[in-house]
Amino acid sequence: MTDTTSPSTSVNRTRFRAELSAVGVIAVLLLVVFPLLNAQGVVSNFTLGVWGKYLCYALLALSVDMLWGYTGLLSLGQALFFSLGGYMHGMYLMRMIGDLGQYRMPIPDFLVFLGWKTLPAFWEPFDSFAFAMVMVVLVPGVLSFLFGYLAFRSRIKGVYFSILTQALTYAAMIMFFRNNLLMGGNNGFTDFKFILGHSLVDPVEGPKTMRGLFIATGVVLLLVYGLCRWLSTTKFGLVQRAIRDGENRVLFSGYAAASFKLFIFVLCALIASVGGALYVPLAGIINPEEMKPEKSLEAVVWVAVGGRGTLVGPILGAVGVNWLKSWATRAFPDLWLIFLGALFILVVLFLPGGLVSLPSRLAPLWKRLRGPSAGTEAASPATKG
Amino acid sequence: MPHPILTVEDVTKTYDGFKAISNLTFYLYEGELRTVIGPNGAGKSTFFDLITGRARPDTGKIEYGPVTNPLTDLTRLKEYEINRLGIGRKFQTPSVYVDHSVWDNLVLSLRGTRGVFATIFHRLDSTQRDRIDELLKLIRLADKRHWKAGQLAHGEKQWLEIGMLLASDPKVLLIDEPAAGMTDEETHRTGELLISLAGKHSLVVVEHDMTFVKQIARQNTVTVLHQGSVLCEGRFDEVQAHPRVREVYLGRGKKN
Repeated sequence: MTDTTSPSTSVNRTRFRAELSAVGVIAVLLLVVFPLLNAQGVVSNFTLGVWGKYLCYALLALSVDMLWGYTGLLSLGQALFFSLGGYMHGMYLMRMIGDLGQYRMPIPDFLVFLGWKTLPAFWEPFDSFAFAMVMVVLVPGVLSFLFGYLAFRSRIKGVYFSILTQALTYAAMIMFFRNNLLMGGNNGFTDFKFILGHSLVDPVEGPKTMRGLFIATGVVLLLVYGLCRWLSTTKFGLVQRAIRDGENRVLFSGYAAASFKLFIFVLCALIASVGGALYVPLAGIINPEEMKPEKSLEAVVWVAVGGRGTLVGPILGAVGVNWLKSWATRAFPDLWLIFLGALFILVVLFLPGGLVSLPSRLAPLWKRLRGPSAGTEAASPATKG
Repeated sequence: MPHPILTVEDVTKTYDGFKAISNLTFYLYEGELRTVIGPNGAGKSTFFDLITGRARPDTGKIEYGPVTNPLTDLTRLKEYEINRLGIGRKFQTPSVYVDHSVWDNLVLSLRGTRGVFATIFHRLDSTQRDRIDELLKLIRLADKRHWKAGQLAHGEKQWLEIGMLLASDPKVLLIDEPAAGMTDEETHRTGELLISLAGKHSLVVVEHDMTFVKQIARQNTVTVLHQGSVLCEGRFDEVQAHPRVREVYLGRGKKN
């Protein structure tokens, strides 16, 4: 908090407009220019796929931030919902392999390996893309509802909530590692061939399909951003941040805080799940590694680095940190985790507002450089409404 | 006989063997301004916790019954349900939403829309805007409406919280040490505000500052709490002259 004398909505509105124009520019670059460059061969298919994954991570980061930055609920298990969305979509993609697998059987390879001759009953409906999409919503939705209902009804808060979410993802990971869950065990799902009739691997059609997936991911990210942005301007958004800053006051003002938290928790599970569903065809693989506690912790680091409590911050953090990771894991494979840790510590110590707070932190410096004559900011509070 | 809006009868609350409230009986009458005093640990906060649903009594009866409503048992309701009935609570340390503007703090406190989905599609109407403007004048924060609540001075936060309470249009106001951390002038103005609220609202004010108690109590009843039960009740000068009160308040101090 640097500004103590002129907090005014006119300043907020200016920031708001600046954010919207920045988002607009980035959206055009990402959704139009980037794919066009890829079609022209300027941007490689590999790069496009990697950036597609970053956008999925951005969805995961948004879900973490809507909980942590906006509601004060630090979930350390959001990667679980991301993975579940991925697995549900993955089941459809596994079915689309048909009999083109290693064993040339009409059922997924890992089932053949486990001795199955026919498809287990619960796999059958996943031949339908629509059914898989419904499950992408339903499975994380129901799980988050049950978990959230129990946790919030019992008023589990703070670090206890965080630990429980971490335990939940850990438990799920152990479950998914087991072969007899019939979800691919530790190899998970991979070797996808088709999505909605389009080849993912064909040298000609494959890159086009990936481009389509990339654009779809960008559009979904934009829509989710828009949804979160809109929610934050409603009275609901006010209640959300009020829970973060004074849950007692909220309760004693007649709001059933637990219902609000439950709604937000489920919404965020769905955001993460959709991110995971988009991630799987882009990455070409989903396995229980994605449910490791570290994965959820990493997402928290993205949010902290980008800027918690903002909507651009998590997106920036997810893309930025993962870009850095891609580079660092190749350049200094052994030192990557030290990089990540150092980055986290540096941001927490010197830039608590994250990367998005950099412009406002640098503004006074910039003003001083331009000289004392540069106008002082006299913002008179505009009348609200 | 005036009508009790709040009935607390024979209430006991024990925490790990410690009787925070023991056989407490207390009636608040409609339109009354009641001051509650008592030394530290007398059970004042627990008393408020029990009425507002934060804590459940072990035994006893807590009922809410304004003339217009049927009698409601408060011991089974949740905090937000009790608040919706028309019981507002002000905490000792100002509890406002620091990151929201003064205006938004009041928007959130305004009577009405409380459901998850209803708040998503909620729009302020002009009557509500006027009501907020009116409240802003009352709590003298009209020119700071766009300030973040966290940037207000301590006394202003206290006033904002009182404004937030009033925004919800409560019948009963439970106010915990409203003058804490205020200047003498602010304290006096707070006293005047509370006095002006009596009649339309029923108030229970817990306070330590005796000048302030004297100011607001006037001819009204003062309740002295001691070790979780009512030590005595009466007008300020009566209570002040009561030998047991003197002993409890001053005697222990002398012995130590």
